[in-house]
Amino acid sequence: MAKMLTGYNAVAEAVKACNPDVIPAYPITPQTDIVERISEMVADGELTSEYVKVDSEFNAASTAIGASAAGARVFTATCSQGLKLMSEPLFSASGMRLPLVLAVANRSLSAPLSIWGDHTDTFAERDGGMIQFYAEDVQEAMDNIAIAYRVAEDNEISLPALSCLDGFILTHVQEGVEPFSEEELSGFLPQRDPIYTLDPSNPKTMGAYARPEHWTETRYTVHKAQLKAKDKIADAVEEFADIFGREYGLEHRGLIETYRAEDADVILVALGSICGTIRYIVDEYRKKGEKIGIVRPRVYRPFPVEELNKVLEDAEAIAVIEKDISLGYQGGLAIDIKSAMYSTGSRIPILNFIAGLAGRDVRKDNIRKMVEQTKEVRGKNPEDVGFENEERWDSLRTEILPGDDEL
Amino acid sequence: MTEDRFKHDEDLFCSGHRACPGCGAALTSKLVTEATGPQTILSMPTGCMEVTTTPYPESAWGISWIHNIFENSAAVAGGIETAYKSFSKRGKEGYTDKDDVNFVVLAGDGATFDIGIRSLSGMMERGHDVLYICYDNEAYMNTGIQRSGSTPMGAATTTTPAGKQSLGEDIRKKDMPSIAAAHGLEYVATASVAYPEDFKRKVKKALEIEGPKYIQIFAPCPRGWRHESKNTIKIARLAVETGLYPVFEMENGRITNTMKVKDRKPVEEYLKVQGRFKHLFKKEGGDEIIDYLQEVADVNAEKIGF
Repeated sequence: MAKMLTGYNAVAEAVKACNPDVIPAYPITPQTDIVERISEMVADGELTSEYVKVDSEFNAASTAIGASAAGARVFTATCSQGLKLMSEPLFSASGMRLPLVLAVANRSLSAPLSIWGDHTDTFAERDGGMIQFYAEDVQEAMDNIAIAYRVAEDNEISLPALSCLDGFILTHVQEGVEPFSEEELSGFLPQRDPIYTLDPSNPKTMGAYARPEHWTETRYTVHKAQLKAKDKIADAVEEFADIFGREYGLEHRGLIETYRAEDADVILVALGSICGTIRYIVDEYRKKGEKIGIVRPRVYRPFPVEELNKVLEDAEAIAVIEKDISLGYQGGLAIDIKSAMYSTGSRIPILNFIAGLAGRDVRKDNIRKMVEQTKEVRGKNPEDVGFENEERWDSLRTEILPGDDEL
Repeated sequence: MTEDRFKHDEDLFCSGHRACPGCGAALTSKLVTEATGPQTILSMPTGCMEVTTTPYPESAWGISWIHNIFENSAAVAGGIETAYKSFSKRGKEGYTDKDDVNFVVLAGDGATFDIGIRSLSGMMERGHDVLYICYDNEAYMNTGIQRSGSTPMGAATTTTPAGKQSLGEDIRKKDMPSIAAAHGLEYVATASVAYPEDFKRKVKKALEIEGPKYIQIFAPCPRGWRHESKNTIKIARLAVETGLYPVFEMENGRITNTMKVKDRKPVEEYLKVQGRFKHLFKKEGGDEIIDYLQEVADVNAEKIGF
């Protein structure tokens, strides 16, 4: 039965249904409400997981790693500075093939300090071997937790997974969702059954160091596991749809979702909750007979190259709207999409809109402006647009910027 | 071939590791496994013992062993212990009962006193059933003998060299056992590789206690301390006999047992056999450091009572 739940409550409900053995928890805005809600479940005996009140995100990740190596199902949550603090252990968790599931309530990285949302935190972890899911709404944030467990704990994958939802915009909004119970989930998510554990009955050495003759192959297998995770996500999303009736880009193996993109001349690519606003604008243009569509990657790592190329190849212009900037280049998603399309021989112009950093509102009007700008480059070659014109900062307040000689 | 190569027989810490001759930490590792037995999961940070014992695909360990990163071995052990708590409570099949597993950390002083102190403090505060053992060789040996929070005053290391303006380390050694005890630990102890039976007894005693325990063992490093490999035990004994490294047990914050020292020796006897202190005997002002170290030993004798 549908229930009105905030994003944090929905994630907590999903965690309860997945019933981890160990939950190390540490607060950080706007993730805190997730671990608070879980602590209430434990306090009331609704959830029998071991709730470990750790001293930092660093040791939340480290405790999760120890528990996962022992064979446990683990959960923790974080964002922003906390994710940075987890970064070192998380990179090693993927190298050691230890499955962990984290909810990340996306928030910007300092400095300046900001508690509001964008994707600069998880994009900074791009190369760490963690699977990254992005949710558009509360229901998807909830469902992605179960899907993340299923994929991360698959013994052919065995990697950490970040289940991302936009800080505040999704964590603190109430939406009608269909929750699921542990019992309902049991057919979809089996108990974790690791190949190796630390049990003393069969001693193992885990985390040996590798010299040049072995290191490359070790990382190569992590890379292969990431790539294989695409198939596992496809299977999981399909089975999830069979059981729960909710579909997430089934025709694109659950890796991306599209909206009116099939015949679109102008395609807007974006991650997460911003797509809600973009959908509205797309409908508006469609009513006027203009062919605009959305492509929304649900998974950022592994990167859905084939799926993206397939849906983007017939566009006349592409706008990548993202809450990230790789300082000194462009937004991370735009960089990756351009790189993906390189092998197709595509000459579609791609604009990169940096928008919604640190929770700055991206309103319908902002999106309209982006669409109009993208329409202008339709049919042009990238060289006609020019590299310096690809990157555009949405609603940049030039009046408060220092002069070029004062930067 | 590989099967034979990885055979451990009765030894749980095996020969073939890459530690130097006379390594106090390797000796500690062997003694730890002798005391804990096979029902043990050992968490170890990055460091000398980690790299010398587990160059993939080899391992010197006959017990379950995990290394993750440098500064989190206490939290990793806490996570393992918590997992077993959950397995036992939930009756999960395929796992040894929590009460039949020893959860142990074996870490160097850099990982303990400095970079891993947050992880250690959190583990102790939360009361995990983990025995944390620090092998104390008073510097970062794996990276090439840099000073740590455990390096004693006057010791020359590669980041505290003796020079025209320097008499080596100019900061006193951090009192880690007291920091552990301040967390309300039921059992804190110090030991020395010169007294293996004493150390093993302490490890066994600690493992009988539910909750966090801390043991710090003095483990000379011939390479880092610039002494002959054959002198490891002699130096470890002299540290105790001079009063510079008191060996004691502290239960619930009170010292309940000390290794008695008859006719305490002057600290010079300990200092002069190690290259890391040789400048103290040659350079102007070196005598003041020696006097300071003698005072440390005298205060130890008075405070700890041996």
